[in-house]
Amino acid sequence: MATLDSKIPSGPLADKWRKHKTEIKLVNPANKRKYEVIVVGAGLAGASAAATLADLGYKVKCFVFHDSPRRAHSIAAQGGINAAKNYQNDGDSVHRLFYDTLKGGDYRAREANVHRLAEVSVNIIDQCVAQGVPFAREYGGLLANRSFGGAQVSRTFYARGQTGQQLLLGAYSALSRMVGAGAVDLHTNSEMLDLVVVDGQAKGVIIRDLVTGEITRHSADAVILATGGYGNVFNHSTSARGSNTTAIWRAYKRGACMANPCYTQIHPTCIPVSGDYQSKLTLMSESLRNDGRIWAPRKTGDNRAPAEIPEGDRDYYLERLYPSFGNLAPRDIASRAAKRVCDEGRGVGPTGLGVYLDFADAIHRLGEPAVRERYGNLFDIYHEITAESAYKSPMRIYPAVHYTMGGLWVDYNLMSNVPGLFVLGEANFSDHGANRLGASALMQGLADGYFVIPYTVGDYLAGQKPGSRPSVDAPEFKQAEVNVRGMTTRFISNKGQQPVSYFHKKLGKIMWEHCGMARTKAGLEAALQKIPALRDEFNASVNVPGSGDTLNQSLEQAGRVADFIELGELMCRDALTREESCGGHFREEYQHPDGECKRDDEKFGHVAAWEFQGEGKAPVRNTEPLNYEFTKMSVRNYK
Amino acid sequence: MVAVNTQQPFSVTLRVWRQAGPAQPGKFVEYAAKDLSPNMSFLEMLDVVNDELTVKGEEPIAFAHDCREGICGTCSCTINGKPHGPGKGIATCQTYMRSFKDGDTIFVEPFRARAFPVVKDLITDRTAFDTITQAGGFITARAGSAPDANALPIPKGDADLAMDAAQCIGCGACVAACKNASAMLFVSAKVGHLGLLPQGQAERDRRVLAMVNTMDTLGFGSCTNQYECSAACPKLISHDFIARMNRDYLKATFRDAFKPAPAGGGGGA
Ligand SMILES: Cc1cc2nc3c(=O)[nH]c(=O)nc-3n(C[C@H](O)[C@H](O)[C@H](O)COP(=O)(O)OP(=O)(O)OC[C@H]3O[C@@H](n4cnc5c(N)ncnc54)[C@H](O)[C@@H]3O)c2cc1C
Ligand code: FES
Repeated sequence: MATLDSKIPSGPLADKWRKHKTEIKLVNPANKRKYEVIVVGAGLAGASAAATLADLGYKVKCFVFHDSPRRAHSIAAQGGINAAKNYQNDGDSVHRLFYDTLKGGDYRAREANVHRLAEVSVNIIDQCVAQGVPFAREYGGLLANRSFGGAQVSRTFYARGQTGQQLLLGAYSALSRMVGAGAVDLHTNSEMLDLVVVDGQAKGVIIRDLVTGEITRHSADAVILATGGYGNVFNHSTSARGSNTTAIWRAYKRGACMANPCYTQIHPTCIPVSGDYQSKLTLMSESLRNDGRIWAPRKTGDNRAPAEIPEGDRDYYLERLYPSFGNLAPRDIASRAAKRVCDEGRGVGPTGLGVYLDFADAIHRLGEPAVRERYGNLFDIYHEITAESAYKSPMRIYPAVHYTMGGLWVDYNLMSNVPGLFVLGEANFSDHGANRLGASALMQGLADGYFVIPYTVGDYLAGQKPGSRPSVDAPEFKQAEVNVRGMTTRFISNKGQQPVSYFHKKLGKIMWEHCGMARTKAGLEAALQKIPALRDEFNASVNVPGSGDTLNQSLEQAGRVADFIELGELMCRDALTREESCGGHFREEYQHPDGECKRDDEKFGHVAAWEFQGEGKAPVRNTEPLNYEFTKMSVRNYK
Repeated sequence: MVAVNTQQPFSVTLRVWRQAGPAQPGKFVEYAAKDLSPNMSFLEMLDVVNDELTVKGEEPIAFAHDCREGICGTCSCTINGKPHGPGKGIATCQTYMRSFKDGDTIFVEPFRARAFPVVKDLITDRTAFDTITQAGGFITARAGSAPDANALPIPKGDADLAMDAAQCIGCGACVAACKNASAMLFVSAKVGHLGLLPQGQAERDRRVLAMVNTMDTLGFGSCTNQYECSAACPKLISHDFIARMNRDYLKATFRDAFKPAPAGGGGGA
């Protein structure tokens, strides 16, 4: 059984990080260049980590499957990034951001991690501005803020509706500077397909060059995975098509524990599905809820056009149910409320799976130009996809899979249970508990990369002898390479009848139906029958044309979907064993009379970290108790 | 404005550029795309065609894509001779089949430019853009050393203009649209973004010189002020930034030529 020591420093909550930084080991400047660190991924988390570690003097090798680091999925984040700057003088503080995040996560995150996140949030904004990130400003030249869900202060910094793009381009420019200086060895079009563990420590990776098909071994003193979230296990999600779980899944199979895989976030405001051919779902940023009002017809089956439905026949259900947070209720709550309305037959649009997000009041109050300035690009996206103008009639929106709070288990130092393997950003499980608040993923990615890992990786490396990393001729490297080659050969030689997408769609349907917004024992048990059957079908009849020696997108997809199928099974297993509702994990059996989540802190006030036991064997469920020293786990109340 | 087709289902004929690798010759191959919905995106239409090819045991068409919402800059098809297709201010992935009619023949090619060699079918190698950025497209700011973010107020107009330039998605449509395959719009957007901000001043000269000189060595052509680049840009970035960069470049060249010799540094005690 894996040992899960969270390594949370002792002492008062607000002093832990400062104290830890002064106590952990350092690597002296002359020795830094003797250590080589592999960073897989260059989204916000990976790019900021690679750039910062290289700037400190470590030798860094960075791998991304994209053709450029600037294409990482972080680029798509729209709404903003939180920070406890209190520039609005509206009562914000590090403590309040800490508390909102912990509560938003339904008391399933570690106190110490979340507090550190809130502390460094202020440094992130400073860092980004220094790099030239063009955040929105007021006429006086100071930074502007907006509000996001689950908060009663305005602490979200933004760059139009393209905050992720601007933050990523900031981190990408820092990384580019280091590549230009020869301090980072960057490999694009390079997919990590296995982790190499030598003597119980992570010491390298196996990479496939996606253009030439070449498979290579790389050794290092430490390995950092910053490979993003696994929302595409549902096939339809707001993630980019290429986002996948492969890096963390293969690390799981090498011994790293997977924590809380069932915690997934369903975002309330996305453009509804229009047909079977649909490849992805598009988010309409949460920031729209600052000015948009969500409603559905009061009566079931009301087919009138929205403009013809008088005020009295409309139900602004979030404002009605959660008067103090209104349209800015947290995501899990807003999503379930939309589902309930549609389940009651009050949904709108061709499929009945939709509710309105209406800007008529805002346009009346502020004028169309002001609304255009705030949200113009989102309205444009909506128009491109639906051919409808949200200036004229309300948007139709429906919840969609958006973020995965689960991920590889890490301790306070962001190191997994496999020593030397660090996990950053959405790929780890660390800071958001069972539900992430809006604008806090960008914050976490950059906190991990710019401000946490530069300290904690040094603490680990200081214990490794310089120059002691294994040679790539070690048997563990050979074995891992054989494993990867075997997979490629199997896919190519299978010659089945169905394209990879057929299985991905099928998996997505199973996951959405049984492990989506509402879960039940019976449904999850059914999924645990269906998924292994799907895996058998996939193995027997997937068709991957072409060869492994060239660019082959079907081959890339086959590997990713194979991993999604296995992960999907683990998610259902995790959801089945967690017999409570919390945040994004809603088990219908465990709810309060008003339909809110009913947690069971006694039995489930812990992290579940699954440990691989070998193919065909049931994984072991380890637990890390969540000891709340400073906050009381209470029932979330947004009324 | 592109005409909007609401007829469904409908069919089109595709003539797609197929090329096995950088050194192999390429050619247009015809495919039928049937039973389409006007609400499908162009790339979703290619997904459907690819699944049909796969089932027949043929190699699907390789095309670049990721976010499918116009922000990552990965997608890069030239559709009927226009980089990113018929729409204005959108990327390939934001092109919907409602812009085509039943019976249309659609030509699909990769972005063409000497500096962007074809990798396979519709995919090109745009590493040259990364190389230009690595030469100088940044502000040096080590993590941990930044002053408070509000210590330096920036007039809203400057910040907004910087953001207009910063929106570039690095797709390369500007290069593909230019008859000289010039990268001036891409480079000037970054130079403009960072040069408009007070934080970007310290490296302003060095940045423009390094980026432009690197661009020149990578096989991009020169700008002859036709501005096809701005018209094809999915973010409609203005060619005014090119003029702004030309001024910056001249000034920097001048200053570089006449800069005083360094007074000599000491290592300190
Ligand atoms: C549409 C959308 C809008 C969002 N809006 C917001 C918002 O407003 N505010 C907010 O805080 N959060 C938002 N989020 C969430 C946030 O964007 C993500 O959680 C965050 O950007 C993830 O960053 P990351 O660095 O962990 O991963 P990513 O940015 O996904 O980067 C992953 C990197 O890993 C690489 N990679 C992955 N697998 C491999 C492999 N096997 N081998 C090699 N390389 C690999 C990729 O190439 C990439 O470089 C949004 C998310 C979406 C989908
Ligand atoms: S796929 Fe990302 S911009 Fe088109």
